[in-house]
Amino acid sequence: MADSTQSAEAIVSDVHKKIKAAFEAFDYESNNTVDVREIGTIIYSLGCFPTQANLHDLIAEVEEDHTGYIHLDKFLPAMTKVLLDHKFPSIPEDLLLQAFEVLDKEKKGYLEPEELTKYMTQEGEVFTQEEMDEMLTALADHEKNLVYYKDLISQLTIDPDM
Amino acid sequence: MKAAVLIQRWYRRYMARLEMRRRYTWNIFQSIEYAGEQDQLQLSSFFSFMLDNFTQLNGNGPDLISQLLDPVVDPWLDRETCYNMIPVPELYTGPRLSFPLSVSDTNALLSAFKEQQTLHARYVLQLLCETKKLLKQMPNITHLSTSYTNEITICGDLHGRLDDLLLIFYKNGLPSAETPYVFNGDFVDRGKKSIEVVILLFAYLLLYPDYMHLNRGNHEDHIMNLRYGFTKEVMQKHKAHGREILQLFQDVFSLLPVATVIDGKILIVHGGISDQTDLDFLSSIERHKVSGNKQTSNQRSDSSPQTLTEQMYNFTSLDILWSDPKTQKGCSPNTFRGGGCYFGPDITQRLLLQHGLQLLIRSHECKQEGYELCHGGQVITIFSASNYYEEGSNRGAYIKVGRELVPRFYQYQVSRTTRKLTLTQRVRAAEGSALKALKEKLFSHRSDISFSGSVSVSEWAQVLESVLRLDLPWRTLRPHLARLAPDGSVDYQSCFEDMESGISLPQVTSNLAETLFRYRTDIEIIFNIIDKDHSGLISVEEFRHTWRLFSAHLGVDIDDSAIDDLARSIDFNKDGSIDFTEFLEAFRVVHKLDSKDQQLNGKMDGDKYL
Repeated sequence: MADSTQSAEAIVSDVHKKIKAAFEAFDYESNNTVDVREIGTIIYSLGCFPTQANLHDLIAEVEEDHTGYIHLDKFLPAMTKVLLDHKFPSIPEDLLLQAFEVLDKEKKGYLEPEELTKYMTQEGEVFTQEEMDEMLTALADHEKNLVYYKDLISQLTIDPDM
Repeated sequence: MKAAVLIQRWYRRYMARLEMRRRYTWNIFQSIEYAGEQDQLQLSSFFSFMLDNFTQLNGNGPDLISQLLDPVVDPWLDRETCYNMIPVPELYTGPRLSFPLSVSDTNALLSAFKEQQTLHARYVLQLLCETKKLLKQMPNITHLSTSYTNEITICGDLHGRLDDLLLIFYKNGLPSAETPYVFNGDFVDRGKKSIEVVILLFAYLLLYPDYMHLNRGNHEDHIMNLRYGFTKEVMQKHKAHGREILQLFQDVFSLLPVATVIDGKILIVHGGISDQTDLDFLSSIERHKVSGNKQTSNQRSDSSPQTLTEQMYNFTSLDILWSDPKTQKGCSPNTFRGGGCYFGPDITQRLLLQHGLQLLIRSHECKQEGYELCHGGQVITIFSASNYYEEGSNRGAYIKVGRELVPRFYQYQVSRTTRKLTLTQRVRAAEGSALKALKEKLFSHRSDISFSGSVSVSEWAQVLESVLRLDLPWRTLRPHLARLAPDGSVDYQSCFEDMESGISLPQVTSNLAETLFRYRTDIEIIFNIIDKDHSGLISVEEFRHTWRLFSAHLGVDIDDSAIDDLARSIDFNKDGSIDFTEFLEAFRVVHKLDSKDQQLNGKMDGDKYL
């Protein structure tokens, strides 16, 4: 019993260390506050991939009353929870590939726009028409109008600019 | 299905990161824009300084400077414009307006402008005279009612974007009894077709004074026009009568109403409000006496000190034209813009209650979707110039409101390229432009951004923020701006590696070059004023004199002999005059990694950020 509690504590302590390190990189006044504009970068650097809405919600939770600053005291517990709950994990490429292959029943190596549309707009966390149009424009090969998912995964997952 | 969810999540997160990049790109554009407006103060105070110290270089008649800068002639008075005396040549194929205007005149204008034609100066002057006469009869606040008209359409900033105006007319209909319009200021500056835009608006105003309504914006002001392109556009398109036309524009702008109220319930002003705003007071002032500009509003034409009432007039109008809403409560000075206030939801609430209003519609700020609500829906920002910062940067929008007074929004986007760009491509393109503009800003201040020894990311960011006074996430941007040295410190010189000045003149020290580059917009404006005959040339003597004044005013320590050397070296053909376009070329920043084509495009688009 003692062992498992210890390891649970150790895990939390580890997480705290990680968060503090990422935080400190942006704490230029060394007073345990960071600019709210940098918070997205901090969260991404911790390996989390929240959506825009998730980001908004998190910021609302931790921001110091519209001062434009976030204090470590508030950020630490909130972010710890996020990491321990694996709230916004990155999706490993192979898992993603498998997901696409599940949809590509005929194993063609690509998906037709209609196929993808059907899944995205009817199943899971359904896309709006606008999101769907945008996705097709972004992902479909311009000439053949097909979604070659294998190439896309590596292209889009690695974002060299951030 | 689990697979579907996974893919949806992955895609949405990718979009979120893209959105983050888009936002900081937006941030960059907006920060640079507002910082530019702050620099405006600098220029205005320089003009006052020039007026005091400038002796006329050639004694022939009043200087353009005094004409443009001295609020001497009361706009209420009739100027002597003899537009009748201006002959219109047989060969002129543009519209020949007949007053009072009819629908065939406005249609002729629409076709002409679509065909890139210019309206002849004679008609421009006549149109402005008639507009001035009409505006004199109007009150400061226009009151409209939905019971006599159908839905009223409200448009925001146009900034010389003719395509957007034409698109609105196409989608929504031309102004008429069935389609009344309110245009909420900032018709000119920045865009290349300000004259065409404002002529169309005034033409419809003359044609349908009951169905066409205009509010003044902060850019309907001669000092703003000097800096942001309208003056230049007029001078270029009307070489012979540019000055007269500008004078009339000055009068007309100062006579524009400052607010519109619909059904006593919806207030429409260009900027916003403050805790001092009082609509009754606003109705009572003599609006042509107030300047829309922060600096000159402290002067009167006869240089006597302003009375308290007059000062109140000016502050009131400044608030109306320059203020921005904020999320926090209260009212604080708008230091970012240098004029007007930041007003909170409590201020809005108070004003609406005080006057029995239910909604405030304003413009003044570019919004990605063309419109934005705030203060719990009590304030709407409406912006009608799409692609304002960059191709694909934002939509434009307009509002329609009917008897039930519920606003409906209509969005659009003018697209110059028929090739469809994905969001990723657009974000990347916009990001590229924004970063280039930002790097140029850094380049122009590089002597202030120098460090001794190694500098940490924090230090670097701190210095940048204080020197450039731009509200940006510097640490996040760092990878795009400068490399890190192996020890983790910032290699700040790496920022300027791929940039150099256009032409290198051996006599030009880097200090001088940098100063000239930093102030090149201002210098260009001053040159345009001094170059009375619009030849593109000024004499070496004029150049030296002006530059000495400018640097004295700025407190920049430039050696007199350095200036003389510079002037002589720029006078390439040694005839005693300087082609200042060539001169400015020397101080344009070239991005070495650009291809030739991009460089050319960079040259044309450079105006966009000014």
